Amino acid sequence: MLSMLLRRLLLGLVTVVLVSIIIFTGVEILPGDACTAFLEREAQGKLLENCRRDLDLNRPALERYVDWASGAVVGDLGVSVNGQESIAELVGNRMNNSLLLAFCALLVGVPLAIFLGVITALWRDKPIDLFFSTVAIFAMTIPEFVSSTVLILVFSVWLGWLPGIVLTSANASAVEFFPEIILPVIVVAMVMTAHILRMVRTSVIDVLASDYVRMATLKGVPYWQVVFRHVLPNALLPAINVVALTIAWLLGGVVVIEVVFNYPGLGRMMIDSISDRDLPVVQAIALILATVYVSVNLTADLLTMIANPRLRTLHMRK
Amino acid sequence: MLTTFQSVTKNHLQDRLFKVLRDVMSSPSGAIGVSLVFFHLVLAVISPFIVPFDYREISSLLMLQGPSFEHWFGNDHLGRDIFSRTLLGGREAILITGIATPIAVIWGSFIGIFFGLVGGRIDEFAMRIVDAFLSLPWILKMLVLIVTFGTGMGVLIPTLAFFYGIPVIRIARAATHDVVARDFISAAKARGHGRIAIIRHELLPNVLDTLMVEGAMRWSWMLLAFSSLSFLGFGASPPTPDWGLMIADARGFMSFAPWGVLAPVVFLSSLIIGINLTADALAKALGIDRIQKAPV
Repeated sequence: MLSMLLRRLLLGLVTVVLVSIIIFTGVEILPGDACTAFLEREAQGKLLENCRRDLDLNRPALERYVDWASGAVVGDLGVSVNGQESIAELVGNRMNNSLLLAFCALLVGVPLAIFLGVITALWRDKPIDLFFSTVAIFAMTIPEFVSSTVLILVFSVWLGWLPGIVLTSANASAVEFFPEIILPVIVVAMVMTAHILRMVRTSVIDVLASDYVRMATLKGVPYWQVVFRHVLPNALLPAINVVALTIAWLLGGVVVIEVVFNYPGLGRMMIDSISDRDLPVVQAIALILATVYVSVNLTADLLTMIANPRLRTLHMRK
Repeated sequence: MLTTFQSVTKNHLQDRLFKVLRDVMSSPSGAIGVSLVFFHLVLAVISPFIVPFDYREISSLLMLQGPSFEHWFGNDHLGRDIFSRTLLGGREAILITGIATPIAVIWGSFIGIFFGLVGGRIDEFAMRIVDAFLSLPWILKMLVLIVTFGTGMGVLIPTLAFFYGIPVIRIARAATHDVVARDFISAAKARGHGRIAIIRHELLPNVLDTLMVEGAMRWSWMLLAFSSLSFLGFGASPPTPDWGLMIADARGFMSFAPWGVLAPVVFLSSLIIGINLTADALAKALGIDRIQKAPV
């Protein structure tokens, strides 16, 4: 068990290191560097030299990578080209805002998804299942910017119930984001709920068809007791992984939602810094998001392992 | 002798294709999906010949006019006919993703099958690199390339094809792993068949089902990505009529001219839903349970 844990941790670490190498070489290989990208047409002569000197771009790539990576480990992500601020500080606030959005969406989405997933599975192919499954397909497949736009149109333009755009500044406290955060949360939760619902539904249906459930039914165990004692504990395990995947998606993939609602999160900052060609900031955000992705998946794997004794040995054999 | 053998397999393949198509069409959702996709594909081909107005025609008199008998879906902020623009709005997206999807699936499959067959240390290491790529948000990977190289078709197609092929590697590898352990592969090896022959005659036919479903899903995700990029201003460039771009443009006038948003919303959504319904029905018809994953 312990050796397995260590193995998983090590694999996660290797992935993060590889990501950092990919990010760094990616920026190196692409034509131009942080200075030519930032200065654009004015990139010549003294201005370019000064900028390169300030950013230490004259040193060999390997040396700079080691510097950058070791800085990142202790939380020093360098300075942005644009404005010369510490990236760690810039990103901090945005990260909190993104986490707030993700947390609210999870709070709404996960219980709702599990509830609806179980309902649709138990009443499989009945009207209630068809209805929610269809809604889930819609929620899942329609691009986020489309559903956001439609929701803004309905709830803020036509009905006037909720503000359609976030005007709170990036470093406001969590409470100040209400009620502006409600619509973005709904959009994020909608997509998330749909994914988790589908997964829970499939897995409940699988377990319902298993031998031990039939056995319990044949033995005369009451239906609801079968559902709560035998089906749900086994069926909800796979959901942990989907929740993890969706959290990971939340942190990077909500970029579009953040842009639509003008929400000051990490995603919008990413778009802004890409448009501004502020490469050090882009590198930092990429590294943060990748690390979060890896650690969330790792946590999910560990949770599943703890909750499901069977997996511990199964994985070992692999 | 040889010719009869070939014609038999060909007929068999045709029969199978028909059977799959019939299975897909027999479920209501599959039938709806296929019809939607078919409608959009036909529309993309014939729309330049049937649109009533020039999509570039600007008119100050018609700015933000509501739907009328002449302009069915109204006019946008430059007075352009929204009906014409909506009909044309899927062409670039369908063309770009239609070229990029097969490329992505093919290169991803080859690499995936290769690593699935090779196995061992090399395979382990390659999968770590794949993981590393997957852990970066798609939009970041794409935007960095697009901002560096520009937004033309010559950049978008390779970029989409490259990044959307990476997850295919995993799928193809997993499918290969499943098949390689089966008895008929050992039998083929025992018969003395070469590597290439085994891949062509034993492996590919068995992996193809998974890859077909995967291809359909990739297409829908790619469309989603392309229209999101257009929406953010990094995909199709004006004055090209494109749904994502049209929605982005019309959003500012949403409070008094909602028709500018609604038409492209309905068209884009119907295409993406159509592809997804088709992919679902296809997976069911081929007997693959497709577990939904987040679009990484």
